[in-house]
Amino acid sequence: MKTYGLVVLLLATLLLAGCPNPNAVREGEGADGAAAADGRGAESEGMGLGDDGMLSASPLDDPASPLSKRTIYFEFDSSQVAEEYLDMIAAHGKYLADNPQRRMRVEGHADERGSREYNVGLGERRAKAVERLLRFQGVGSDQVEVVSFGEELPVAFGHDEASWRLNRRVELVYE
Amino acid sequence: MKKLAFVLLIGLLAMAGSAQAKLEIRITQGVESALPIAIVPFGFQGKTQAAPENISAIVEADLARSGQFKPLAATVFAQRPTHGQEIDFARWRKQGIDHVVVGRVTETADGRYTVQFQLFNVLQGRQLTGYSIPARQQDLRRAAHQISDYVYETLIGERGAFNTRVAYVTTQDSGGKREFLLQVADADGFNPRVIRRSSRPLMSPAWSPDGRRIAYVSFEGNRSAIYVQDVATGEREKVSDRPGINGAPAWSPDGRQLALALSETGDPEIHVLDLASRRLTRLTFDRGIDTEPSWTPDGQHIVFTSDRSGGPQLYQVSVRGGRATRLSFDGSYNAAPEVSPAGDKVVMVRGQGNQFRIAVQDLKTRYSRILTRGRLDESPSFAPNGRMIIYATREGNRGVLAAVSEDGNVHQLLVLEEGEVREPAWSPFYQ
Repeated sequence: MKTYGLVVLLLATLLLAGCPNPNAVREGEGADGAAAADGRGAESEGMGLGDDGMLSASPLDDPASPLSKRTIYFEFDSSQVAEEYLDMIAAHGKYLADNPQRRMRVEGHADERGSREYNVGLGERRAKAVERLLRFQGVGSDQVEVVSFGEELPVAFGHDEASWRLNRRVELVYE
Repeated sequence: MKKLAFVLLIGLLAMAGSAQAKLEIRITQGVESALPIAIVPFGFQGKTQAAPENISAIVEADLARSGQFKPLAATVFAQRPTHGQEIDFARWRKQGIDHVVVGRVTETADGRYTVQFQLFNVLQGRQLTGYSIPARQQDLRRAAHQISDYVYETLIGERGAFNTRVAYVTTQDSGGKREFLLQVADADGFNPRVIRRSSRPLMSPAWSPDGRRIAYVSFEGNRSAIYVQDVATGEREKVSDRPGINGAPAWSPDGRQLALALSETGDPEIHVLDLASRRLTRLTFDRGIDTEPSWTPDGQHIVFTSDRSGGPQLYQVSVRGGRATRLSFDGSYNAAPEVSPAGDKVVMVRGQGNQFRIAVQDLKTRYSRILTRGRLDESPSFAPNGRMIIYATREGNRGVLAAVSEDGNVHQLLVLEEGEVREPAWSPFYQ
């Protein structure tokens, strides 16, 4: 059962990593439940060998963990978080709640279209939508900081939808 | 009527010394009724063989760039007078030239010059204006721009904006690292200087009304803050670093206050910051994004972007607060307003489908029209005389600057040799 879940999760990982196209992700609808189940398992995994820093395997570095995914993509001029990201965000919220010493920057971004300061507002709205979902998990108020860079820090440099959809995003950055 | 009167290419590549100043200005469209004028090469008296700057060429380029003038090519000049009394008006009349500018540069001491010019009406054989401008060597280009301003004002009847500057942001990628540069250049693209450099984004430069300071947004330390920097000394002061967004600074006409967008209360709202007392006044109170304030020249109102009704549209609010009224109704996306220096118009970014262009709206009649033809045009900023609007656009895969006359008849492109350019802000007049 557990193995099956992991396989589905890996499939979902590949889909998510390869392509932010919401349609592609929606096809793996069943995988979301599996991801959440595995996310719960993740908290007990890989706690490392302590603070000497010689070896540490954080679930944040486990590619099989939903915690390894830290980007949420959005539609144009929208801050609505698509359903396929809810479990991933919840996993991060749970991780933060369980690790109160960890801090995260929730970075909002927009694509290049339209005006720059409006896009800063839009990026913040996206980041806050994600922040709200993190807080549902009991994240401390000083653990998360929201910042919006608007369209100033694109990850894709083309000037068409193929790039824009990659730039309309929120990134979860552990500090 | 076909408006494409001439295409001019001014390659500004022979920049003595400062290699970074590679900016090229192309007039892609001028007006058919442009005034024919001859700028005769200026005479020179001094220790060197020629003047350090070619004054007449600078004036000629300025006037051509405005789209209002059609300078005659120097190769076909009837004669080359450097003083009014040498002008043979009959010969210029035969060439169909209405106006002639003559002048001379005299080196008065080491590195000090006097630039004299005279503008003549050829038909009447009469001097219209003439000045003698003292200048240090490093001010010679400015002296030339002043001459352009005098000629423009005398013949067009409104103040010229040649002796002004433009601030803008560029990005450069080197060694996998992106760098953001806030720069200031002369309005003709010469003499660019970096006034701030950062590995994190720099945004939204805004000139103080006296042209001495620039307010801007910096994300150093991964948080937004607003700084005010003295252009001459480089000294700067952080004026706003509240939690959340500190964005879109805009100076009040008296230079004492900054309108800002702050999101400390939950979402971006328009505030006014008194610079001396640091007192903040909040002007908007709704759940949408309120940003990009621009003052009316009487200092009584602020025009801004808000998506309170769904998509972004322009609104206006009194600086004493109260209800905001909607200004823009054409199109589903209107943002980044700037009120014209006369207060009669507002420019904005208008989005239609995947096209974002610069539009201008008459504030009285509410009539609006699109001025530009790009796909991703943004950040419009008026020249201080209100005649031209500079904005950011794309040429091929690069961010470049362009300017358009407020009537849409003159178009020019300003192309930096390398890197991305955006967010131009045209300075006020020199004081």
